[in-house]
Amino acid sequence: MYVAVKGGETAIANAHAFQAEQRRGDAAQAPLTLGQIEQQLGLAVDRVMGEGALYDRGLAALAIKQARGDLVEAAFLVRAYRTTLPRFGYSLPVDTARMTVLRRVSATYKDLPGGQVLGPTFDYSHRMLDFALAADAGEGGGGEAPGAPLAEAPLDPAMPHVTALLDSEGLIQPEPPAEPDAPPPGDITRDPLLFPAPRDLRLQSLARGDEGFLLALGYSVQRGYGGSHPFVGEIRQGPVAVEIVPEELGFAIDIGDIDLTECEMVNQFKGSRLRPPQFTRGYGLVFGWSERKAMAMSLVDRALRAGELGEERRGPAQDEEFVLYHADNVEGAGFVTHLKLPHYVDFQSELELIRRLRAEAEARLARASAEERAAADAFATAAV
Amino acid sequence: MPEAPLPSPERSERQRWMAVLARAPEASLAAALAAEPDLPAFTHLRRPEIGMAMTRGRAGGTGIPFNLGEMTVTRCAVQLPDGTQGHAYLAGRAPRRAELAALLDALLQAPSRRPRLMAALVEPEAARLAEARTLSLRKAAATRVDFFAMVRMG
Repeated sequence: MYVAVKGGETAIANAHAFQAEQRRGDAAQAPLTLGQIEQQLGLAVDRVMGEGALYDRGLAALAIKQARGDLVEAAFLVRAYRTTLPRFGYSLPVDTARMTVLRRVSATYKDLPGGQVLGPTFDYSHRMLDFALAADAGEGGGGEAPGAPLAEAPLDPAMPHVTALLDSEGLIQPEPPAEPDAPPPGDITRDPLLFPAPRDLRLQSLARGDEGFLLALGYSVQRGYGGSHPFVGEIRQGPVAVEIVPEELGFAIDIGDIDLTECEMVNQFKGSRLRPPQFTRGYGLVFGWSERKAMAMSLVDRALRAGELGEERRGPAQDEEFVLYHADNVEGAGFVTHLKLPHYVDFQSELELIRRLRAEAEARLARASAEERAAADAFATAAV
Repeated sequence: MPEAPLPSPERSERQRWMAVLARAPEASLAAALAAEPDLPAFTHLRRPEIGMAMTRGRAGGTGIPFNLGEMTVTRCAVQLPDGTQGHAYLAGRAPRRAELAALLDALLQAPSRRPRLMAALVEPEAARLAEARTLSLRKAAATRVDFFAMVRMG
């Protein structure tokens, strides 16, 4: 039963004003600009673009400011905003081989063509708080960074993908391109997710999935819940050109760059009745500089391929309904947090039910204890 | 938008200037137009419009395509009195920049204007982009690991 009630308008308006004041914080502090968020909290911006599934640094920075730094709320704001924009079309698949590679590492080959390029990274840092950054801007805390050293010669960004090296020996399962007459890839923003989900839909779901959820699933794979002994074939990060083919032009045009993180995970596969032992692939591709997520995504992508590789599904990460239905933090947050909304009538009926059940149970207990007392009295009398 | 084969590295000159215009700052586009003599009147075939494109990747980098996520895109189309059409599609939300880029795309198609605009705008902007890219790649190159073997004594 639904009962329409009204009320709380003033309370809601005042609560939002209270929230706005909290957002601003102590007025003695300078307000954050979107430029500061975009430039100095760039990895938060990247996460919001990825989970918000919309690449736009300025919108993500605005969402972070509005959400007071709550990145899941910010992703929700971005998702809501995207519904107001028309879609002009689809890009050509980005060519990560043409990335302007600024970071590229491999755990499988030390001396690979192009080399190990660390790029900007937290790796090999001691994770000790740097109190120099805590000083006020005027005292050097927000001041000039030392400046990245420059090599004489620029990196040649044309480096082969590591898996291509294994591919040339036939040691890794090939990644066949789409058939020429294949239908366009599925799109979970347009069509419901149905199971079994093909890999294109799985990858789209994972790319916008919650980093924490994917990280936990990836970790579970490593700890034996569907393990496949993975190696990082390669991680590469940097800007990639996006091309679209407008109908009115009929040829591809390059509309600008987006930063991407790509992870190719190489996994053992012991072979099956139909296939010789060979390495298999897990793939991660994420907006921005999101290495942890791209790595987790590639682990989960590989785990979800259990079906096509004829592996027994033993871990949660291999269960595609479990993974894909729960990876989206906007949906998850919506359903979990809706529990705080008024459920007065629902709860009233539960309350009545539990009172009735308790009354019945108490009557039964009272009867039982009366009988027990009588039996105990009879026993005591007999013993005397 | 129809599927199209991956573009070859040999792009037409127009594709090249469109890629440069898509990345050029508004001030550079405005300055080039301000310096251009006898600017024709133009009409909008499509007023500047902000929307999205769904970006795609490929499984494993080379395999089947999949939808990665959307990006904001601004587009604009103009027409000159002689019928020449200029188009712009660029990443992000920048209506004014898209309009200037569309107009410049139309002007660049006129053989009488092209050499001047290429020299005054497209080539310097392309050089600036290449320089920024080279600078990033020099920073990246400085982080390349040089391995050396540790000699075990005894």
